[in-house]
Amino acid sequence: MKVRAQIGKVLNLDKCIGCHTCSVTCKNVWTSRTGLEYAWFNNVETKPGIGFPKEWENQEKWNGGWEKTKRGKLVPKMGSKLRVLSKIFANPDLPLIDDYYEPFTYDYGYLQNAPKSTTSPVARPVSVLTGKIMDEIKWGPNWEEILGGEFAKRKKDQNLKQIEEEILGEFENTFMMYLPRLCEHCLNPSCVAVCPSGAIYKREEDGIVLIDQEKCRGWRMCVSGCPYKKIYYNWHTGKSEKCTFCYPRIESGLPTVCSETCVGRIRYLGVLLYDADKIKEASLAEEQELYDAQLDIFLDPFDEVVIESAKQSGIPDNWIDAAQNSPVYKMIKEWEIAFPLHPEYRTMPMVWYIPPLSPIQERATPDTIGYNGIIPDVKSLRIPVQYLANLLTAGDTIPVVNALEKLLAMRAYMRDKVVHRRENKQIAQKVGLSVEQLNDMYRYLAIANYEDRYVIPTSHNEANLNDAFAERSGCGFMMDSADSEIMNIKGSGTRKNLFGGTDLSDK
Amino acid sequence: MYSYFNTILFGYYPYVAFTVFIVGSITRYKYDPYQWKSGSSQILNKKTKSFYIGNVLFHIGILALFFGHFVGLLTPTGVYTKFISLQTKQLMAMVIGGFFGLICFVGMTILVHRRLFIKRIRQNSSFSDIFILLLIYVQLILGLASISVSIDHLDGSAMVALSYWTQGILTFESGASQYILKQHWIFKTHIFLGLTVFLVFPFTRLVHVMSVPIGYLFRTGYQIVRVRGN
Repeated sequence: MKVRAQIGKVLNLDKCIGCHTCSVTCKNVWTSRTGLEYAWFNNVETKPGIGFPKEWENQEKWNGGWEKTKRGKLVPKMGSKLRVLSKIFANPDLPLIDDYYEPFTYDYGYLQNAPKSTTSPVARPVSVLTGKIMDEIKWGPNWEEILGGEFAKRKKDQNLKQIEEEILGEFENTFMMYLPRLCEHCLNPSCVAVCPSGAIYKREEDGIVLIDQEKCRGWRMCVSGCPYKKIYYNWHTGKSEKCTFCYPRIESGLPTVCSETCVGRIRYLGVLLYDADKIKEASLAEEQELYDAQLDIFLDPFDEVVIESAKQSGIPDNWIDAAQNSPVYKMIKEWEIAFPLHPEYRTMPMVWYIPPLSPIQERATPDTIGYNGIIPDVKSLRIPVQYLANLLTAGDTIPVVNALEKLLAMRAYMRDKVVHRRENKQIAQKVGLSVEQLNDMYRYLAIANYEDRYVIPTSHNEANLNDAFAERSGCGFMMDSADSEIMNIKGSGTRKNLFGGTDLSDK
Repeated sequence: MYSYFNTILFGYYPYVAFTVFIVGSITRYKYDPYQWKSGSSQILNKKTKSFYIGNVLFHIGILALFFGHFVGLLTPTGVYTKFISLQTKQLMAMVIGGFFGLICFVGMTILVHRRLFIKRIRQNSSFSDIFILLLIYVQLILGLASISVSIDHLDGSAMVALSYWTQGILTFESGASQYILKQHWIFKTHIFLGLTVFLVFPFTRLVHVMSVPIGYLFRTGYQIVRVRGN
C-alpha cells in the first residue's frame, strides 16, 4: 500500500444555479491575459449541449483520455509514444481556436469618438486575433446557455446516446442542467502521459497537476491528450496552461477561487487518501466498473493500518486529521452520492459531482406523482437518469438512482422532521443510511457552512523545499521572464530582450 | 580584393556565427528558459488540412536535407571513396537532395503563404518568425538552384571542395576559405546564408530543434510525479 493524499473536490449540481461567478472570478485571477482570453480554466455549460470547446466529449474526434487495448494494456487514445511523436509537426487531434471561439473585445473607443448622428453609437465587436471588426459572432464560451441554439446542434451531445429521441425533441419534455467544469487533477492524467517534454507533473503532496512553464516547449500534445479539454494553448506565449487548482491558496489552507466565490455554495474541498499502488489496476477495469474501481482505491482515514502507512509515506498529521473531517470523503465514499465525470476516459478524475434532482415529470403519471413508497420515484424526474449515468458512471444507472433516492430521502426526512415534527426512521432505512447520516447530509448539503465545505490543511512547504533559506524574500510563485510575459503589461514601457522575452532590467 | 572578402566571409564569419550560435543558445537556455519553445501557431488555423500537409512536408524535407548535408560534408573523402566513387556520390547528392528539396519546397511554399497572407497568422507573427521562415525559404531555393550548377561538375570536384572547406573550418585549418575561392556564387551565397541561420539560431524559434523530445520514447511508464522537496 502506497498512501498518497490529494485535495479532492465535489460539486453539488443539485444546487448549481448557473450564475458563472466561478468562471468569472477564475478568469479575473488567472486568464485575463493576451493569448488566454479564449481560455476558461473553469466554465459552466448548459447540458444537454455540445459544450466548450465544441464536442469536447466526442473522443472519436479529439482522441483524448486512455484506451484499453485488446491485449489489456492502457495506452493514450492518441496512440503509443511513437504515434504521439509522429504528430509533433502538425497535430491532427488539436482543437483549433474556432472550436473554442474567436476571442473578441468591443470597440469601446468609438462610443467616445463617434461623430454626431441620429442614432446612438454602437461598440462593435473586434477580434483580438486580427484587430478587425467582426461582422458576426458565431460562437462563444457559453453559446448554449439555457438551451440556446438549435436542438439539431445540441443533439450531438455524446450523453444523449440511448435516450429516446422523441423525449428529447418534445418541447414539454425538455430538460436541462448546469455543469461547471475545471481541470480534474486526475490520478492517472493522460495529459502528463502524452507530454513529450515531461513538463506536466502531478504533485505528490496534494495531487495538483501542473505544467512547468520553463520546461514546456509548446508541442501541444497535452491539449489533445486531455479528454476534458482543460489544457489551453496560450497562442501568445506558445506554452500550454491549465487550472492550477489555485495552489498558492490551497497551500495556505484557502479554497480555490472558484470555490470561495461560489454563490450557490455547491463546491466542497477536502482531503482524500488513496492507494497509489492500485491506480494502474483500477484504471483497467471494465467500463461500467471504473466508478467502483476508483471508489475502491480511496482509503478509510479512520483505519489504523491506513493511518500508520500514511505516516510512513510522510503524510503530515494535519493532513490525516483533515482526511477524517473531509466533506469530500463523506460524499464520495460514505454516502456514495458523488460521482466522477466520465470515468470511461480512464483518467481517474478527482473532481466529482452530485447529480441534480429535477422537477417531477407530470406526463409520466398524469394524475399523481409516481411514488416509490414514501419517496417520489426517481424515474419520474425530468432529467433522464440515463443521461446522468452517461455523464457520471459510464452509463450504469443503478448508482445514480441510488444517489438521487438518497437526496430525495433526505428531503422527505427533513420535511417530516421540520413540518410534522416526527422522525421517520423508515426513510433512512429505505435508502440504507442512518438517521445521523441523513442529518449530516442535511448539514453539509443544505446548510453548507463555509467550514464544513472547505477542510483544507495547510501544506508543509518547509518540508517541500530543499533550501528554505534560499527562498527568503522571494516573490511567491512568480518566475523571472515568464512573470512579466504572463502579466503582459502593455504600454508599460517594457522592452523585449534578445530572445523575445521581457527585459528583466526594467522590473 | 575578392580574395580578401572571401577570407572574411568564409574564413572568419563561420567562427563568428558558430560562437554566437553556441554562446547564444546556452545563454538563452540558461537565463530565459521560458522563451525556449517551438512557437506553434497551429491553433490559430481556420482549417487543419493545408497546414498539416505543409508542415509535415517541410519538416520531413528539412530534416532529410540537414542530415544529408551533415553526412555529405563531414565524411572525409578518404572514407566514402572506399565504398562509392565521387561521381556516384555527386549524383546521389543531387537526386536525393533534389527529391527532399522539392518536398520541402512544396511544404514551405504553403507555410510561407500561410505566414504572410493569412491575417490571423501574420498579425501574431513576430519579426523573427517571418525573418527565419523567409531566410530558410531563400536558402532552400538557392540549394535547389545549385543543382543546375552541379550538373556542370558531375565529377564531384565542387562537392569535394565544399567538404574540404567545411572540414577545414571545423578543424581550425588556416586558409580554409581558399578551398572555395573559385566556387560558383550560388554555392557561396548558400553557404553564407547557411552560416547566417546558425548566427540567428538562438534568437529565433529554431531553438526548438535542440529540444527534440527523443527522451519521451524512453520514459519508463507514463506518469510523472514530482515528489516533495524536488
